Amino acid sequence: MVDDGLYAALVRRGMTRRTFLKFSTAMAAALALPATYAPRIAEAVASAPRLPVIWLRGQDCGGETEAFLRAADPTAASLLLDLLSVEYHETLMAPAGADAELLRTNAMERYPNGYLAVVEGSIPTGAGGAYCLVGGRPFVDIVREVCDGALATIAVGACAFDGGAPGAGGGATDARSVRDVTSGGGAYIALPGCPLNVDNLAATIVHYLTLGEWPATDGRGRPLFAYGPLIHNECERRPHFEFGEFVQAWGDEGAQKGWCLYKMGCKGPEAFGNCATQQFAQSTSWPIHAGHGCIGCTMPNFWDAMSPFYRRLPSPVPFFPNVTADGVGTALVGGIGAVAAAHGVGMYARTRLTARAERRAAAAAAAAEADATQAAATTPAGTTTLPRPEAIEPDAPAPSAPEREAPSTLTPNEPPPPRAGDDPEVR
Amino acid sequence: MARITIDPVTRVGGHLRIEADVAAGEVLDAWSSGTMFRGLEAILRGRDARDAWMIADRVCGTCTGVHALASVRAVEDALGISIPDNARLVRNILAATLAVRDHIVRFYLAQLPDWVDATVALGADPTAASSLARSLGDWPQSSPAYFSGVRDRLAAASGSGQAGPFATSFPGHPGYQLPPELSLVLLAHAIEALDWQRDFMRIHTLLGGRDPHPQSYLVGGVSLTPPWGGPPARRAGEHPQLPDRNTPSAMSDEGLALIDDLIARAQTFISWVLMPDVLQLAEAYSDWGKVGVGAASYLTFGDYPGSAVEAGKLFLPRGRILGGNLASLSEMNDTSVAESVAASWYADDDGAEPRRPVNGRTDPAYSGPALPLATLEGAAKYSWLKAPRYNGQPMEVGPLARMAVAYADGQVDVRAAMNAALTKLGLEPAALFSTMGRTLARTVETRVMAKQAGAWLTQLKGNLAKGDLALVDGGHWDPGSWPATAEGSSLGEGPRGAVGHWVAIQDGVVRDYQIVDATTWNASPRDANGARGPLEQALLGTPVSDPGQPLEILRTVHSFDPCVACAVHTFNPRSGGAIEIRVNYTETSR
Repeated sequence: MVDDGLYAALVRRGMTRRTFLKFSTAMAAALALPATYAPRIAEAVASAPRLPVIWLRGQDCGGETEAFLRAADPTAASLLLDLLSVEYHETLMAPAGADAELLRTNAMERYPNGYLAVVEGSIPTGAGGAYCLVGGRPFVDIVREVCDGALATIAVGACAFDGGAPGAGGGATDARSVRDVTSGGGAYIALPGCPLNVDNLAATIVHYLTLGEWPATDGRGRPLFAYGPLIHNECERRPHFEFGEFVQAWGDEGAQKGWCLYKMGCKGPEAFGNCATQQFAQSTSWPIHAGHGCIGCTMPNFWDAMSPFYRRLPSPVPFFPNVTADGVGTALVGGIGAVAAAHGVGMYARTRLTARAERRAAAAAAAAEADATQAAATTPAGTTTLPRPEAIEPDAPAPSAPEREAPSTLTPNEPPPPRAGDDPEVR
Repeated sequence: MARITIDPVTRVGGHLRIEADVAAGEVLDAWSSGTMFRGLEAILRGRDARDAWMIADRVCGTCTGVHALASVRAVEDALGISIPDNARLVRNILAATLAVRDHIVRFYLAQLPDWVDATVALGADPTAASSLARSLGDWPQSSPAYFSGVRDRLAAASGSGQAGPFATSFPGHPGYQLPPELSLVLLAHAIEALDWQRDFMRIHTLLGGRDPHPQSYLVGGVSLTPPWGGPPARRAGEHPQLPDRNTPSAMSDEGLALIDDLIARAQTFISWVLMPDVLQLAEAYSDWGKVGVGAASYLTFGDYPGSAVEAGKLFLPRGRILGGNLASLSEMNDTSVAESVAASWYADDDGAEPRRPVNGRTDPAYSGPALPLATLEGAAKYSWLKAPRYNGQPMEVGPLARMAVAYADGQVDVRAAMNAALTKLGLEPAALFSTMGRTLARTVETRVMAKQAGAWLTQLKGNLAKGDLALVDGGHWDPGSWPATAEGSSLGEGPRGAVGHWVAIQDGVVRDYQIVDATTWNASPRDANGARGPLEQALLGTPVSDPGQPLEILRTVHSFDPCVACAVHTFNPRSGGAIEIRVNYTETSR
């Protein structure tokens, strides 16, 4: 097997060292590593042989594969041709039928405990597995066999993470998560989201290639670099929350000014993820930037736990009532540190946290400068600048008082109407 | 006679199994089986009707946004909500750009491996490839060094593992007829398409907040807001406003300019890369203009509503073409749509009578052979797909159906683009009804929709410049203002064909929901009369030179661009008794 690594492959296709280092720097940023890690990433990735991947799709919508195709750093073409060896991916492979299956089984034999198993979609276990058949076999059998012999299993998207949409409200097919049906076999990483942010998948792989280990995760297998931050804390609209400036109706003045979407049901205060900082598609945008609230799709059972999606959360920061934004940050940092230490990588975590602190300080400085400029431009000298009283009074965060909205057929605090899973009459 | 089984059929969405009986070098009979069922009805029922589109969009992540749009339209139809013109334009742009992207990606990643042998491409002379590319168009990436680099990259990838979609299905198969240089040019363009689409879909991230599964739809419009127009009026006691910071950017001048640029680049890519490539392919494989005819009857729901001034006229009209007769356009009435489960793994105590979607039932009951499945031979029921029929007849849906109907209807842009392509190839319109014709129609549609997306963007910019900043009608947001019960529907088009959503709302929540999706029509199994689905019909008579390497079967299957994830019937009414959803649909009343 002739393989001199990614960097050589990239040079062959005309990539400059500068572009390659830019990629490495982008990866370091995604992983919240200090910029000094970039050369190390470049070096490690450049010399790494292509990592074999078996990508399985079960009860999926194709969303994770589509997200994969939009990968920018590195590009999907680069992942397919230079960084990974996609041994099996039903959507992205030329051979079909038995030939395709042979590639899968061959890869399992050739790279015992050496390939990456990526699973997209939930795994139905009802009706003897007949709800998803691949090559005539129940998908659940294939998942077990592939994941058991893998170097690591990565569950991509909400469905593989916890059963997702097919498993919501009980579901009709006994849809399960990857973790529900597999036991042994290598590391387990979960990258939930509906769909996942592909930057986090790329960064997870690069993390392994660079440091020889998988990123530190929380108890559900979610890498902390990606699923540690509270979206609300890093949200671009957070200052408006503090000022009590809320969108009150779609398209109103607040919406046009980019005010906080908390009252429109945004789940940012309850959802963890790096969406606000990493954003999507080369940091082009993210849902809140498009004026729509977060639906909490990185969280367990979000289709049930986070809906109705336009119902305002009962309290602004339910996990940490009565603490300030800074307090929330401290609690999170402590949590990350504890988990990381438990994994024996405290040193690494500290480096990462320092990097984040540096990034934040830089961002704050830049913001302060911008604020000063703006204030100078828009505020005449001598004007007192106080928050508007009416914005504070009714909208102030009241941690213990549940929200009441105008009476409607959907009373906010009543349990949602029964769903199919609750009713024995309904299958 | 030999039974050929292809499972999994790769390069499709979802899970598809094809079985075919082959004798004397051609397909005698074929069976199309969808092998996955999700049963998402459990999640949709009882939900806030304003949430429905988010859940519905998870039907398919490939045609991302299609089901969100269909769902939000169905709810708006039920509640009598009309959306601002700007919201219509944003939705049209989202749908059109998705179709453009999807068609191009599926051509290069899903269909091309059936026509190009990558191992042959490795033997290409880069200088000759460069001359060939330069003779085909003005695309700048055409130097000998460039093609040499692509060749080396492909060689390195296949030498160190798998090259994914840039590999070969059946290396050395005699069915591959392209010379090495053209093969290399096409594969180089496939890699470029992969890079191009990533940038292009930033349009969806801008307009949808993310992609796939955009998150900017609202019942009543879209959540995007026009930029705040400068510093706000000062009021006593007010803290400093930051008008330019944190304001949504998609509707700003910069955002619109970026979208404009991405659409323009798409138009260039289509003119200089996609169109020449498809014409080369159609010329080299001209015999595939006679294979894979299939049902020869075509159905489209039509889509892309026009402005109030245009009385909501659909940009792509609805209708039917029967027996491949482009001279006669038949009307389309959704009350003639019914689904049979005679060969599908569902129980229905009412017998084999096809059901209209509004009365549909979905009781999954696997009754195929014991698992693991060796063969479907002899199985009366063999798919998770239902069999939708129009007046009892199988109908093909998708780009070919849309283009045929638009052509027959005299749609100016479609006629011009289609005639240009046919003239270049020296073909009559009848050649469209074939395996290669589907690819050609898809390409023509790509060109038409990329142009039209630009036109809609110009309209949007014009509206905003005139001070028409409305993007949402929030007047019906509160479910308290809704009637106690309401029913509505949406008939539209996704990249793969007709998409119908039906919704019943009670006390603000979804009571019943039904979807009839595109590939359900195309990849459907037999119905109660034993009539084959369009894909099954198209396979009849397909030549198979080597039953061990059924390349030709894959060509016809992929010409439909099946996406079985969405075709599997996912939602159903569970209200006990059959409910009647009134669908009074005319072209102008969406």
